[in-house]
Amino acid sequence: MSLITPEMIKQHNLTDEEYQSILKILGRRPNLVELGIFSVMWSEHCSYKSSRKFLKNFPTEGPQVIQGPGENAGVVAIGDGLAVVFKMESHNHPSFIEPYQGAATGVGGILRDVFTMGARPIAVLDSLRFGAIDHPKTPYLVGGVVAGIAGYGNCMGIPTVGGDVCFDECYNGNILVNAMTVGLVRADGIFKGSASGPGNPVIYVGSKTGRDGIHGATMASGSFDEGSEQKRPTVQVGDPFTEKLLLEACLELMTKEVIVGIQDMGAAGLTSSSFEMASRAGTGIEIDLNRVPLREEGMTPYEIMLSESQERMLLVCRQGAENVVKEIFDKWDLDSSVIGRVTDDGLYRARFDGKEVVSLPVSPLAHGAPVYDRPRRRPADQDRLNKLDPADIPEPPDPSAVFEKLISHPTLASKKWIYRQYDHQVMTNTVTGPGSDSAVLRIKGTKQGIALTSNCNARYCYLDPFIGSAIAVAESGRNLVCSGAKPLAVTDCLNFGNPENPEIMGQFEEAAKGISQACRELETPVVSGNVSFYNETNGVSIYPTPMIGMVGLLDDIDKRLGSFFVNEGDVILLLGDLEGRLDGSEYLKIIHGKTAGKPELDLAREKNLWKLILEANAKKLLSSAHDISEGGLVCALAECCFGAPSLGVRIVLKSSHRPDLLLFGESQSRVIVSVRSSNEGVVCDLAKSHGVPCMPLGAVGGRRFFIGSEKEQWIDCDIKTVKEWWERGFEEGVFKV
Amino acid sequence: MANSGIKFGIVVFPGSNCDADSHHVVTRVLGCPAEYLWHKETSLKNSDVVILPGGFSYGDYLRCGAIAKFSPIMTEVRNFARRGGRVIGICNGFQVLVETGLLPGTLIKNRDLKFICDWVDLRLENTRTLFTGKGKKGATYRMPIAHGEGNYFIDPDGLKRLEDGGQVVFRYADSSGRVTEEANPNGSLGNIAGICNEKGNILGMMPHPERASETLLGSEDGRFIFESLIG
Repeated sequence: MSLITPEMIKQHNLTDEEYQSILKILGRRPNLVELGIFSVMWSEHCSYKSSRKFLKNFPTEGPQVIQGPGENAGVVAIGDGLAVVFKMESHNHPSFIEPYQGAATGVGGILRDVFTMGARPIAVLDSLRFGAIDHPKTPYLVGGVVAGIAGYGNCMGIPTVGGDVCFDECYNGNILVNAMTVGLVRADGIFKGSASGPGNPVIYVGSKTGRDGIHGATMASGSFDEGSEQKRPTVQVGDPFTEKLLLEACLELMTKEVIVGIQDMGAAGLTSSSFEMASRAGTGIEIDLNRVPLREEGMTPYEIMLSESQERMLLVCRQGAENVVKEIFDKWDLDSSVIGRVTDDGLYRARFDGKEVVSLPVSPLAHGAPVYDRPRRRPADQDRLNKLDPADIPEPPDPSAVFEKLISHPTLASKKWIYRQYDHQVMTNTVTGPGSDSAVLRIKGTKQGIALTSNCNARYCYLDPFIGSAIAVAESGRNLVCSGAKPLAVTDCLNFGNPENPEIMGQFEEAAKGISQACRELETPVVSGNVSFYNETNGVSIYPTPMIGMVGLLDDIDKRLGSFFVNEGDVILLLGDLEGRLDGSEYLKIIHGKTAGKPELDLAREKNLWKLILEANAKKLLSSAHDISEGGLVCALAECCFGAPSLGVRIVLKSSHRPDLLLFGESQSRVIVSVRSSNEGVVCDLAKSHGVPCMPLGAVGGRRFFIGSEKEQWIDCDIKTVKEWWERGFEEGVFKV
Repeated sequence: MANSGIKFGIVVFPGSNCDADSHHVVTRVLGCPAEYLWHKETSLKNSDVVILPGGFSYGDYLRCGAIAKFSPIMTEVRNFARRGGRVIGICNGFQVLVETGLLPGTLIKNRDLKFICDWVDLRLENTRTLFTGKGKKGATYRMPIAHGEGNYFIDPDGLKRLEDGGQVVFRYADSSGRVTEEANPNGSLGNIAGICNEKGNILGMMPHPERASETLLGSEDGRFIFESLIG
């Protein structure tokens, strides 16, 4: 065995202190394989060493929660003995280096996290963040990422039903690809990643192991610079066909009552799956690396342990049931190989060519990673950023031109160019597909439905990480409520810059607090999640982007709400404040080129709004509901008009405020609903009883999109024209066609 | 739900992913018996109708459907079809049928080279097949498509034979039934979305009738195809 040099330690992204504690744990020097194992197990990606301290404070419990954080995914009960399993995960670094494969394997990884729990995946959502639309790399990255997600999800036959996409120059050197998977399982049929029962066989199933993706987890735990493109070989290559077979084989095996524990080989491959499984059970594991199915000859123990080849799982089954496993994987033409067994000594031992090449204690590897209480401080320019005097922002002379520019901006325009490439209907559960506040899926064999959404306005988080993160939670829940669903629980994917920078760590702490408070008050516990640090290139960090994925429940799928206006003559009501704010708004950014101010949120008011909408909907008082978010009141109103057929509106606003604030300003806890005119009074009374401001704005009907005050008209266009701006904006903006 | 006693066999290739969707419609929506037919099997298990479902058989890493045609079950499907048995290939199933030679022509990459998942309107051209008896000639039917390679192509003689023989069953059209270039999502020759063999007992179509058989999912327009089979 070669001697460990300081260069090797550095190459493995371990600090001197970390190496010293390795020496202390082992009482000897590690060999190179062992050093590699420490490196990935203690990487930020696998160990959460910088974030753990703050994640502890998330509310994770509730009557609906079956499994909180700590397993491969969270599990929440939805009644009828059924449960949903869900989690969101990032694949940012690989997707920037190699967009197609990076995004594809991101989807593949999160799918395995869900079906390893025994659930059949029923939906995928993707939250994507790209750089400025005029950045030269943006079209290439958008095209590659979308094709990669489509290539993987479509082949798997799992619908991609939603997500969100934003463009901002803060992502120029570091895009975000966050994928969320939702699965369905019988509540009594959940599997966990635990290697219990000494003597039980440890079985490797799925694809063969190759040299791809070695040290992916370590790459994801470092920052980018000009040389990053050379890291292309660390990006894994996806094979969705094999994953489809793996999915079916695993689900079939799960009906046979032979599995003791099962876990996918994701980041850090065989190493993390086997260590984590042994750690959860408090056992040890003995592995013969010569039994690992290999794709190429001459692979070393180091490469076998650290490969991140995709579409592989590790399982522990009952002694004597090895043949059952083999039979099923043979049926699906997949490899399966008994590579070792569970032991009771708490040690991890691997042999290769008859020699012991790894002998490590399980617990310190899985749990002994240093927990960092990194220095934190409020970003130096935070106060300056928060200063915004509306008087300094000139009122544009032509609101109509502003409106056109906003509604056709790729961040706000229709994302059909993207979701048309995703099979969003396979499995025949998609009742409301992409393009609405949230996706709605039926649960076959029941009256129920689930609603799914993912969200984060990073500009708000940059201006105020605490409030911005709370807003991400509030808006996600609001999206679900607007579909008629009661929010159940949250998964998150926290994308931040370099945690060794105190300002980034300061942002992280505030964001974690914001999520904690919002989830606690809104009763939506966090059941799973992922942290992605080091999202920076050449020292320039992304805006803090704590993506929130949320799942809600509809007791009766026939009571789902849509965002489109449906009846001519319906009255349009605004629930919430009329005046929006400039702070962090899309309008301020796109029209005035500024990111400034301080967003606000009142959680009690948000909760009242949810109660109001859910109650009004239960009483069948609402025709439609739509959240007001980026682009303010006018963009939200326009989005309500784009149903089939498109319906116009006539809106007269009674306010002495600046028109640009009324039309394009953003503020929280606001929803547009349409109601039969006979229900207007009842809904207004109900709003009053919930303490939610309610104001009639106008009526649905005609072919014009008209908005004005009592004195002047601000916007008056054919609704068809407005829809064309919205429909064409994405492709024109991103691909300049 | 009427159980006519007609039994459906749904072939499962490795990579099929609309097999369960077809099964759902046949059994739950129409109340008919159905059985999955694993590709390694050599019996159709007394099926009266065979469905080749959508998906990515063998990953479609070679030409779509090119490997599936060698599956053991396909020998039986071929014999069954040649004896006049009813076979419907949907999406990837259509691709398998053309690769197998049970239907003429080929399906190449979509005109814009991208996967397309969207609703389309179809004009029904022929009601004298075993699959479309309950439809209305010239009427439009709204169903989803979801494919990357659905661009139907055939040589001029072959096209003439299809047209003359009334073998074009569905064409992409606008909502009022006009067959236009704008209504053609993938570049298919003659806007062809579905064809049958000369005898009318084999149908291949790119659109997904099983995704359009319940109002909850936005359309029931695909159901008449299954209902036509039940009689």
